[in-house]
Amino acid sequence: MLISSLGQGLLWAPLAIGVFITFRILDIPDLTTEGSFPFGAAIAVSLMLKGQSAIVASLAGFIAGCLAGLITGILDTKLRIPSLLAGILTMTGLYSINMHIMGKSNVPLLNEKVLTEYLPASWNLDIQTIILGLIVTGIVVTLLYLMFKTRLGLSLMATGNNKDMSAANGINTDGMIIFGYMISNGFIALSGALIAQSNGYADIGMGIGTIVIGLASVLVGEIFLRGHNILTRLIAMVVGAVVYRLLLTIAMGLGFPPDDLKILSAIILVIVICVPIIQNRIRTKRQLKKYLEQVEDKDDESITSEAPAKSILSRD
Amino acid sequence: MMKVLQVKHLQKVFFPGTDNERHVLKNINLQVDEGDFISVIGNNGAGKSTLLNTIAGTLHADAGEIDLASHNVSKKSVAYRSRWMSRVFQDPKMGTAGDLTVMQNLVLAQSHTNTINLKWYQRKGDVEEYQELLKTLNMGLENFMDTQVKYLSGGQRQALSLLMATLSKPKLLLLDEHTAALDPKTSQEVMRITNEMVQREHLTTMMITHKMSDALKYGNRLVMVQDGQIKLDVRGAEKDNLDTAQLLEAFE
Repeated sequence: MLISSLGQGLLWAPLAIGVFITFRILDIPDLTTEGSFPFGAAIAVSLMLKGQSAIVASLAGFIAGCLAGLITGILDTKLRIPSLLAGILTMTGLYSINMHIMGKSNVPLLNEKVLTEYLPASWNLDIQTIILGLIVTGIVVTLLYLMFKTRLGLSLMATGNNKDMSAANGINTDGMIIFGYMISNGFIALSGALIAQSNGYADIGMGIGTIVIGLASVLVGEIFLRGHNILTRLIAMVVGAVVYRLLLTIAMGLGFPPDDLKILSAIILVIVICVPIIQNRIRTKRQLKKYLEQVEDKDDESITSEAPAKSILSRD
Repeated sequence: MMKVLQVKHLQKVFFPGTDNERHVLKNINLQVDEGDFISVIGNNGAGKSTLLNTIAGTLHADAGEIDLASHNVSKKSVAYRSRWMSRVFQDPKMGTAGDLTVMQNLVLAQSHTNTINLKWYQRKGDVEEYQELLKTLNMGLENFMDTQVKYLSGGQRQALSLLMATLSKPKLLLLDEHTAALDPKTSQEVMRITNEMVQREHLTTMMITHKMSDALKYGNRLVMVQDGQIKLDVRGAEKDNLDTAQLLEAFE
């Protein structure tokens, strides 16, 4: 069970990375996620049913997600719709589009060759999933790591951190925000395409709760791996996605029915939001206590060292 | 002498058609020549910040024209204007990206790229070059190249902003009360560095300030904005002969 949640977690990792780009780099809570995830799944599954290979279909899912991000990006930057609302609008619109693509609310794959089947058939499914997940997240993390080392990546980080300053330094901030939305939703849709192949179907409801899953993975990852180095942060997202899957698997193992998974997701998110805050408070308190004790010790010393000096003086 | 900035018949009205309507810039004309170091003074609400924001592009003029280095930029974005213009904000947090390192901030200020650029941002040799520049600030910043800027003090951040603003060798440097948020001593220090840089790089500068003494001490020209108009514009010897009492009188 642990092995299977490792594989599943790796397939969910692009979602965590996508959410990380908008939520952490651009500082925008982007709800497009809930639409772009099933969008990627719908595109991939219908293309595969039309005879396209799983590789082409998955890439098409990625591009479809980029387009969804482009729409939200334009709504946000060019039409000045608040980012939260812009995401909700795209997400809502995508529901209809996904229904049109799929034709019905659930489309199963038949005998199409999914990505895992490109790997040696002698391996069992869990190993295949893990290897596939490692390959995909490996490519995603490497590409993003390299991107963040270029001036383009630096401009993206600067825009998310301080828009006024970035514009004053010649960065096209609207363009950067749109670019961020696009790659973010591209990876989210790619995750959707992978999960659909793993499940064997695309479902209109599979996007529900994905923003909570994504945010929880981001926060869980940051609890485990800290640092401001971009590679560490990206790997933390992969770790976060895997650990989060593990938590859900454990909850299922405790006998919770699948319908309760959504509320469990929400509870986990609340916990992982609160844990770092409490951790931080405890750490600060402990450091402060240590510091104050040191200061007191010094005061004591200075008093004792002054005391004899005074007594010498008084003797005079 | 070449003119760096030409502002013609500039108008700005806030909340037109409402009870709160305010005519902030009333037909402003201003020419800035190469090498000018202008102190801009004026009451709160006189329109000097609006003037600076309109020149920088954060606000768009309702009427009139702005020519920057012989380009009509009246309708252009902040990013476009930044090819010829840099700016230091009042709030030290505004001029730098706090989550990025000192090094990354400096790279951003120097590259000024408007297009997609896939070159590595950190090249060999850059670090030493930037360290040399930081040493000229005399604030110990050269030892914090990989520190996130949010951990620096206000004075350090503002000095860094200043260095960043001059890195791209701008035709026009805008200083928006850039020492107002600092304590008196740091403010003095930053003002000294400012003057040094402006002189060394021969930067054409517009500096808004509330400090009469700074306005009188620095620069070759003084502009007073009052009620949306330029009330006073003196330069050279005429400026040198001004004193605080005369300025306060003009504030009437």
